[in-house]
Amino acid sequence: MSDGVPGWVAILRGLGPRRIVLRVGAPFIALVIALVITMIVLRAAGVDPFNAMSSMIDYGTTSSSTVEILNRATGYYLSAVAVAIGFRMALFNIGVDGQYRMAAMLSAVLGGAVALPAPFGQILVIVAAMLIGGAWAAIAGVLKVTRGVSEVISTIMLNAIATGLIAYLLNPARLAEVRPGSNNVATTPIPESGRVPGFELAGGTVFGLIVLAVAVGIAFYVVINRTRFGYDLRISGLSPTAARASGVDSRRMVVTTMALSGAAAGLVGMPELLGASYQYSLNFPAGLGFTGIAIALLGRNNPFGIGLAALLFSFLDQSSDVLQLNDVPKEIVLVMQGTVVLTVVIVYELVRRFEIRLQQRAVAADLAAGRTIAQQEPTGGTA
Amino acid sequence: MPNDEAAPAVRLTSITKRFPGVVANRDVNITVRRGEVHALCGENGAGKSTLMKILYGMQRPDEGTIEVDGAEVTFHTPADAIARGIGMVHQHFKLADNLTVLENVVLGAEKLHGIGAAAGRRIKEIAAQYGFDIEPDRLVEELGVGDRQWVEILKVLYRGAKILILDEPTAVLVPQEVEELFGNLRDLKAEGLTVLFISHKLDEVLSVADRITVIRRGETVATVAAAEVTSRRLAELMVGSELPTPETRESTVTSDEQFSVAGLTVLSPEGRAIVDDVSFAIHRGEIVGIAGVEGNGQGDLIEAIMGMRPVTAGTVRFDGADITNWSTRRRREAGIAYIPEDRQRYGLVLDRPLWENRMLGHQTRPPNVHGPWIDRRGARADTTRIVKEYDVRTPGIDVLAAALSGGNQQKLIVGREMTGDPRLLIAAHPTRGIDVGAQAAIWEHLRTARAAGLAVLLVSADLEELIGMSDTLHVILRGRLVATVDVNTVTPEELGSAMTGAGPDGAAGPDGTAAGGPGGGGEA
Repeated sequence: MSDGVPGWVAILRGLGPRRIVLRVGAPFIALVIALVITMIVLRAAGVDPFNAMSSMIDYGTTSSSTVEILNRATGYYLSAVAVAIGFRMALFNIGVDGQYRMAAMLSAVLGGAVALPAPFGQILVIVAAMLIGGAWAAIAGVLKVTRGVSEVISTIMLNAIATGLIAYLLNPARLAEVRPGSNNVATTPIPESGRVPGFELAGGTVFGLIVLAVAVGIAFYVVINRTRFGYDLRISGLSPTAARASGVDSRRMVVTTMALSGAAAGLVGMPELLGASYQYSLNFPAGLGFTGIAIALLGRNNPFGIGLAALLFSFLDQSSDVLQLNDVPKEIVLVMQGTVVLTVVIVYELVRRFEIRLQQRAVAADLAAGRTIAQQEPTGGTA
Repeated sequence: MPNDEAAPAVRLTSITKRFPGVVANRDVNITVRRGEVHALCGENGAGKSTLMKILYGMQRPDEGTIEVDGAEVTFHTPADAIARGIGMVHQHFKLADNLTVLENVVLGAEKLHGIGAAAGRRIKEIAAQYGFDIEPDRLVEELGVGDRQWVEILKVLYRGAKILILDEPTAVLVPQEVEELFGNLRDLKAEGLTVLFISHKLDEVLSVADRITVIRRGETVATVAAAEVTSRRLAELMVGSELPTPETRESTVTSDEQFSVAGLTVLSPEGRAIVDDVSFAIHRGEIVGIAGVEGNGQGDLIEAIMGMRPVTAGTVRFDGADITNWSTRRRREAGIAYIPEDRQRYGLVLDRPLWENRMLGHQTRPPNVHGPWIDRRGARADTTRIVKEYDVRTPGIDVLAAALSGGNQQKLIVGREMTGDPRLLIAAHPTRGIDVGAQAAIWEHLRTARAAGLAVLLVSADLEELIGMSDTLHVILRGRLVATVDVNTVTPEELGSAMTGAGPDGAAGPDGTAAGGPGGGGEA
């Protein structure tokens, strides 16, 4: 009651629901626009767009696809959260890709070398991955605050260095071994006791660590929105000048945020490593870090939005296979994903401006009508 | 009317421009004659800049008409205005430092004379015609502030402007550069150009303009000839008669020293002293004012005091402790409150609701946080209290800070900074650009807090505010405290001349009020 105007009153006055409509409406509009553009592209490629779409949906919703979509989305989700942590502070961590590959590779070596009883082995590998990812990303943070190097540049370069370093280490002479009967080079497999079992679903196995992804999402939400640290991080992203004037140590925030983003990135490879491959090899999935950037944008850096965006991208990837059967190049899906990101960025910015203007008007109207907190309960406090 | 021999260069008729919640211009009428320097004068926030943006095609008026050379025009973009011979020099330079003067000038106007030798010749012609000396092949980053302004003016002339709008051109200049600029403006006038000069500084307006139009709260008050008006009269026109005077009644100054700086020196990245050996003290219950022409180091002094800028030499003491090396956060937690000069960039996060803005700068203390957790209930309740006590006009605490008017934003900041028992308040331009009612309220809050023992450092460009509020008033010039004036006897005119280093002498000061005359004003 002491809040003066509780949330529900604000909603009744029209400040609330409009915002919610905009929040949900913006991505929806962006998706519709992207869909229309894709259909035009399909049409131009000489394909019946409706036919192609319906076959994608049919294939994407089969039960075997569902499992595959969930598993793929798990990695996407973690990757996008890692990117979003940086985005919330206006740091562009393009290096999630290098961070998670370094983390997955080195923690796979560790997991293969040390056999611990059930929960400890897994915890060791996961914690090691977070530390490695965090340390790799922190390099970019330190370079930024000490030498003024843009994190965009340094993380891209660190990606290239990670690629080189992994190629060097993933060698029979060093940390890996050649699998007999193939050309594949891989780290020592993680023993049975160190693996994370999955859930059986619709005839497939969903990664057990999907639970970890959910937990990371919740932790992200709570830390960003409910803690002092999260507040510092958000205002640093929205207004570095106001953050500095309020006493935020921007240098420390940059390094901490990069390290946290990298730690989250370190988790990206874990569902695959501990749930399916048990080793880091030449076949280990790469490129998730870049997809994460697009997904974080689409999901508005919001943990729930990112979840939906990860599922959408995963669905598009999965259902792209069926396009080939219809003689459509599966790369059309990349066009779709690119279009989604572009429209999303544009629509969000337009909506943001519209929202501010809308509120200014609503506030002006409220003030003109005399609806102010100060007027409601006049107190003797003012002179 | 259109083919009248003496058709004015610009005539604005009944211009009205509304923004959500405010009317920036109401029924404004201005006539600018050809070949004159016409000053547009008014306080910050009076609507000068909006009016010029309308004339330059950056914004469209809701009502009213614009005539240029007797013909009615409608501008959709600045390009339309440029095509009619109107050019604008913005307060903040829009130059690419890593390009040469020539490249900056031709950028966007490549069609006129190309980008090569022909353009260079044209630039030299213009420079020769208007009597200034500029080398087209120098890099802009090598130029000083005054020369950069010339590049801006050159850009406008190069595009064929006959009517120049200069938005607060002196804000970034030191006094000698101002003199030079004025000399050049007179040359431009002699060449038949029309200059519209925006300023809130009376002495400058009087010295350079032929005629002056005064704007107050979005309306034109009067147009007067510079030769027939005194700065006293102009000030009255600008502030109006209803302005409550900022005055602190009886002294509440105690002998307890709350805060002091000694020998404080801050160097710019180029190694120039922008705050130079500054020493002063503030006692409990005392308001210490700093007067100075903008850009003479007062902003840097404040940032150094807040720990936002490294100090090269000197000490800062607060409550008896040496806080020179403390972080900004530690200073704030120790009880230093801060009203920043630029409230939208330093004082608020515009995209967030009021209650989150209430936490800004106080995000480590109750009622905003509980250990590492944000205390939403506490922060929200206290925001409501501030909104009520400080009369922030808002329908709720969930609206974005961007949705409030400037005055209400400032009242929220003042309320926030007065909360949590501060013992020192650093107030930079606390009433700049806000309406008279909010101004009076903020002065009243400062007085109340002063009576309760708060020590205040007040930096302002409003001389009446400084004289009225301060117990002790220092003058800053080129980073040095050059004078301390007696607030009981000094007039704004005398203070103004002390600020420009001219000294307290002259016709205005028979009492010889300014103590410790700025003897060093001319040197260094």
